[in-house]
Amino acid sequence: MRFKKPKNALEGHGKPLPADIEQEPSIVCPKCKKSLAADEIKLRVCPYCRHHFQINARQRIHMIADAGTFSETDQELTPRNLLDFPGYDRKLEAARLQSAERDSVVCGDCEIGGNQTALFVMEPAFMMGSMGGVAGEKIARTFERAAEKGVPVVGFTASGGARMQEGIISLMQMAKTGGAVKKHSDRGNLFICVLTDPTTGGVTASFAMQADIILAEPNALIGFAGPRVIEQTIRKKLPAGFQRAEFQLEHGFIDSIVDRRRQKKILSQLLQMHRRERVI
Amino acid sequence: MKPRAFEKVTAARAKGRLTSLDFINGIFSHFIEMHGDRRFADDKAVVAGVASLEHMPVTVIGTEKGHDVRERAMRNFGSAHPEGYRKALRQMKLAEKFSRPIICFVDTSGAYCGIGAEERGQGQAIAENLMEMMTLKTPILSVIIGEGGSGGALALAVADEVWMLENAIYSVISPEGCASILWKDSTKAKEASECLKLTAEDLLDLNVIEKIILENDATHAALKSGLLEAARKYKAMPPDALLERRYRRFRVIGM
Ligand SMILES: [Zn+2]
Repeated sequence: MRFKKPKNALEGHGKPLPADIEQEPSIVCPKCKKSLAADEIKLRVCPYCRHHFQINARQRIHMIADAGTFSETDQELTPRNLLDFPGYDRKLEAARLQSAERDSVVCGDCEIGGNQTALFVMEPAFMMGSMGGVAGEKIARTFERAAEKGVPVVGFTASGGARMQEGIISLMQMAKTGGAVKKHSDRGNLFICVLTDPTTGGVTASFAMQADIILAEPNALIGFAGPRVIEQTIRKKLPAGFQRAEFQLEHGFIDSIVDRRRQKKILSQLLQMHRRERVI
Repeated sequence: MKPRAFEKVTAARAKGRLTSLDFINGIFSHFIEMHGDRRFADDKAVVAGVASLEHMPVTVIGTEKGHDVRERAMRNFGSAHPEGYRKALRQMKLAEKFSRPIICFVDTSGAYCGIGAEERGQGQAIAENLMEMMTLKTPILSVIIGEGGSGGALALAVADEVWMLENAIYSVISPEGCASILWKDSTKAKEASECLKLTAEDLLDLNVIEKIILENDATHAALKSGLLEAARKYKAMPPDALLERRYRRFRVIGM
């Protein structure tokens, strides 16, 4: 089965990757067009041009959490069509089939380099990683749980923003998650957020930009308004590289760009260096 | 479909509708405007300052669309850049320092969409307001007086109570934007308006707002007495209880 390219892809370069890549003889990098053997892209990065393929939440957890330590939380939470929005039930069903997830974020507890951590990972294949009531609830619970235990939160964002089909409810998740981030932070806990392609809209304007340490994957699109919307508004083409991770680094909005192949090591080191001496 | 919601959308955007400054001047006395975010510029899409509500000093902040063509252009039609949100937050922190209630008026189609706004961190500016407002140890009251457009509105509405004028709207996306994503047809804004549940009545039903203010000759008076009463009530609460209540207010939405 193939991951379908999300409809509103916000110009992301993330080309779909076959889920059963191990069985594929080779795959062509969408950026440099080189033919890659399956074992060359174990971490879903092109070894020639550093293109980061879009990957799903489970692959990411597998890559980041120490083997066998991830225990998922709140996996039973399932979105409902609270506003009776036309077509939403059908879209949810399609998203479930496409992503094999119940909503756009997977949360849980794990160890990263031996450090106890609460983890949330957004799933780009579930309605563009959009945030509705369930995603907001799961993320808020993750911060509350971590605050209770006195452990850091590591988050991976991939989102087109708020989920339009939940209307105002989805907008309110920005305040709700922001409040939970603050609560966790005010108790002296660390939050590291890794922004992946794409991170836009209501997710950028809430927890993605509220982390103590903000990392990003190379070339990830990161912004508030999507580039297509901006181009329509200003009636001009945007310069190359606009809103990419490198642009955000230059403008001072992220701490560092970290290649996927180094993420686990860097995260482990950061978690280690921010260990709290006092235990609650 | 019945046209109810889109009538509100039209009314909320109507030229000649009262703006934030009209309410500020109509309800408060001694308004002294304060400018600038101390970092980059003064964003005229946001007005902020101190004023008296009866005899209570308060901080007032509003997104301002302006009235005539020139003023509307100067104020970017009430769509704030990051500097507008940073100016607002600076005034809110000052309010906290002096235990003054904060009263926000929201009337914006959304945060400004453009190159400069992105370069200077529109998302970060809104995110910071959302997080900081949640724990400001002073009462916050927000009134949506016209358009409450998405994150750009919410950045002034993380409050202890949010009220709406009867013809105001509050939505995650504009009806046009919604229609063009859903049906690839921005002219179906009428249908989209119904789907989004963006009227004051809808939002009262969804427990997203506390109160609807009728639009008539007594609107200013009703707002004045209502704001005074609410400001006194929340000022009397111990700060920790106030903050816990504010957190719960948003925490329960969506499940
Ligand atoms: Zn390549």
